[in-house]
Amino acid sequence: MLDNIKHIILVLSGKGGVGKSTVSTQLSLALREGGYKVGLLDIDLCGPSVPYLLQLEGKDVHQSEAGWIPIYLDKEQQLAVMSIGFLLNNRNSSVVWRGPKKTSMVKQFLTDVCWGDLDYLIIDTPPGTSDEHITVMENLKEIKCDGAVIVTTPQQVSIEDVRKEITFCKKTGIAIIGLVENMSGFVCPHCSDCTNIFSKGGGESLAEILKIPLLGTLPIDPKVGQLLGKCCTKEYPDSPLSKEFQSIVNKIVEI
Amino acid sequence: MSEIPEHCPGVTSDTAGKASACAGCPNQTVCSSGEAKKPDPGIGLVRDRLSQVRNKILILSGKGGVGKSTVTALLSRFVARSNPEKNVAVLDIDICGPSQPRVLGVLGEQVHQSGSGWSPVYVEDNLSVMSIGFLLGSPDDAVIWRGPKKNGMIRQFLSEVDWGSLDYLFIDTPPGTSDEHLSAVTYLSEADLTGAILVTTPQEVALLDVRKEIDFCFKVKIKVLGVVENMSTFVCPTCRKSSEIFPASTGGARRMCEELGVPFLGGLPLDPALAKCCDDGEDFLAVLEGSRVVDDLKDVVTGVLKCCK
Repeated sequence: MLDNIKHIILVLSGKGGVGKSTVSTQLSLALREGGYKVGLLDIDLCGPSVPYLLQLEGKDVHQSEAGWIPIYLDKEQQLAVMSIGFLLNNRNSSVVWRGPKKTSMVKQFLTDVCWGDLDYLIIDTPPGTSDEHITVMENLKEIKCDGAVIVTTPQQVSIEDVRKEITFCKKTGIAIIGLVENMSGFVCPHCSDCTNIFSKGGGESLAEILKIPLLGTLPIDPKVGQLLGKCCTKEYPDSPLSKEFQSIVNKIVEI
Repeated sequence: MSEIPEHCPGVTSDTAGKASACAGCPNQTVCSSGEAKKPDPGIGLVRDRLSQVRNKILILSGKGGVGKSTVTALLSRFVARSNPEKNVAVLDIDICGPSQPRVLGVLGEQVHQSGSGWSPVYVEDNLSVMSIGFLLGSPDDAVIWRGPKKNGMIRQFLSEVDWGSLDYLFIDTPPGTSDEHLSAVTYLSEADLTGAILVTTPQEVALLDVRKEIDFCFKVKIKVLGVVENMSTFVCPTCRKSSEIFPASTGGARRMCEELGVPFLGGLPLDPALAKCCDDGEDFLAVLEGSRVVDDLKDVVTGVLKCCK
């Protein structure tokens, strides 16, 4: 099923709430703006955020003979999305599953979705280094995966978990495309002073210590959380965040 | 344990050991004999070990990075400081991303084993903590474990730590509704769990996961003591004006609580000084005395203690 996909990119972080899903969705949207055909697979089974972030909640996945048909964001079918969120009938219900069941679901997502021809498949993951991650890594062994984009915030408490995720990548042979530092600073809308709410420079020093590329540092911008399916580089092309994000996307495309 | 079949019906189900998926599973005989259906002996061990712990409170959130560990540390420090005669402890069951050693300022400490079990690490005379972080050799060490191994670790944490007699045990959890949560709830099923505090941030993408966590609490019958909204507003340290970093476009935690019929315990502001304290492991109550965080925290603690013995 993944044979006709040119590039597979994992979005990882040891820490939760650092912006994996935001980076995944915005990366997918930006790649689509660049004219690529993109797939976005959300393997966060307990807390799927992609359907909400792309305003696709309530859509139903259909089964065909060839497998599951993903949900398309656009009529042109340039961006295909798959998430467990589409399989739940109520947005409030929880998925209370232990590892083996999660493993088989992730496996199904990797083998049973009819993506068709894609330029990029972005895989959004939950925090941690457990069942979902091990399964993806095992299943991608036979298929070429370009590597992982690691997301962090500048705080030590986040960096600490991200170091563990990098160890996971190294141990399991996943290439690291680079690090994105999210929520780097907040420019006060009243006085334009920049506050480093979650400290600063953490991503840079981590990239240096572990000798991995720093793809970019994204400032906090409350507007991004409300984009909901729109691409930041298209909606706010002149904002500092969009400019930085576009440069991150360019770096990823070059690889 | 890594050989669990993909469609394992579960050891407690009626078809355990008899389903088609069970063929070839090394545990098939045990399962079909009904032996595995008996309650886990760990439940009794946990009950006995925690019989000297008056209040046991889970800190949950479906979402990661909303401040579960920060709120756990704030609550435990606050309760320990304002009640010097009470004993408080924190158990960190986030196996893949333990944060308590750093947030409580005991990074790099070692856990010792004695005849009566593991001795926790003491932050203050009346505040102790246990975390897998103390068992790892280096900060880069990753715990790449599937569910059953995490389950075993949590069982050990709940049944083998020598807490002594405690008034409050706060259990910090990872995000999600999976192995760690199910294990904790199962092992604590006879240990008289007080209930759960849920932590969220105001924006819908976090509330979405927290609603799932509340649904989990309803499903496994854990009492929801209340919801804490973290990072509610941000006060610029330069101009002192407030901004919403994570806008509550759907009414925030307060509205969610009304919809789901659970108590709202209060909100905590987003204060860069608090984030820095967490990174440095400093005692925020000393550093931030008189700040809004501490004032707002008082209300949250009052709400929590009302539910305790």
